[in-house]
Amino acid sequence: MAFLTDRKRAVGMGSAKTGTEHHWQMMVTSVALLVLIPLFVFTFGAILGSSYEEVIAYYQRPFPAVVAILTMLVGWLHFRHGVQTLIEDYVHGLARKVVIIVMICVSYSAAAFAIFAIVRIAL
Amino acid sequence: MVQLTLPKNSRMTVGKTWPKPEGATNLRKVQIYRWNPDDGKNPSLDTYFVDMDSCGPMVLDALIKIKNEIDPTLTFRRSCREGICGSCAMNIDGINTLACIYGMDEIKSDVKIYPLPHMPVIKDLIPDLTHFYAQHASIMPWLETKTNRPAKEWKQSIEDRKKLDGLYECVMCASCSTSCPSYWWNGDRYLGPAALLHAYRWIIDSRDEATGERLDELEDPFKLYRCHTIMNCAKTCPKGLNPAKAIAHIKKMMVERVV
Repeated sequence: MAFLTDRKRAVGMGSAKTGTEHHWQMMVTSVALLVLIPLFVFTFGAILGSSYEEVIAYYQRPFPAVVAILTMLVGWLHFRHGVQTLIEDYVHGLARKVVIIVMICVSYSAAAFAIFAIVRIAL
Repeated sequence: MVQLTLPKNSRMTVGKTWPKPEGATNLRKVQIYRWNPDDGKNPSLDTYFVDMDSCGPMVLDALIKIKNEIDPTLTFRRSCREGICGSCAMNIDGINTLACIYGMDEIKSDVKIYPLPHMPVIKDLIPDLTHFYAQHASIMPWLETKTNRPAKEWKQSIEDRKKLDGLYECVMCASCSTSCPSYWWNGDRYLGPAALLHAYRWIIDSRDEATGERLDELEDPFKLYRCHTIMNCAKTCPKGLNPAKAIAHIKKMMVERVV
């Protein structure tokens, strides 16, 4: 119980003067994925069902490899920003900060492993 | 953490069924949320039967008839009875609206009436809107100027005045904010569609000179960016306004300041 005025309760700690950068990042990654996802589906789909050697040879070509790398990188960045919003919506208190840290670690790790795998195939 | 179930003392119970009026042939069954802070009981859903042959056409008419003729303890807010004051906002047939402009004939089955969702209840159909009003006050809903006051008036072109249409009509009934899931989960920090619609109304007012300060105050992951364009606000607004569009315009202006 705290005897705060209604106005103080509504204003809280004031504006964080941030949020637009996050919003803009979501917009940029959304637009990028709008292009990348179809490209990834078509390049990945073209090689589905092929033999191991054919897939390795295919992903040693620059275009499929770069498309796959960009899709993983931008996709996980988008995921990181989107899930942060989701957590901020539904999880409160200390748990919010802990879950956001875990989620950021998972996102960047997944992106790093995905890119490492593609680079290893490509080079 | 989000609560998916109601607290124990908020769970609904079956309420009293009031007797049908004698001799009436055109009856409507009306079920109303009842809660009295003084009796220590859980909220209940009382059932009333309203004779529509001697009742006005709107839900508010039925509520007033129930209060006058059946149960004088029924508590609700009302004033203008024509959709201007915003007092009688409540959840009718699953949608937040104004009881005075919502017709009984628009409801196909039994009429179910609850207070506005996810707000503390003071009694029966009366929600506590203290925080909602304080949030509205926090966006400075008045003209802010720095230039010396003109001798006659602050001039505004017809085109600039038109930009306020669809915004100035808001009556602050809280139907939109209380229909917004983001406001349910984070209403302590998220300003909600009503306050943001009013904020935009002053941001785009050609006479207002505090545009930058207003945008500064709104730039916050919670105050503004909790809006995820769910659109419940636009769907439920009894005045046909579109707060989600106003919020989208604010976000667009935020981006324009940066990029």
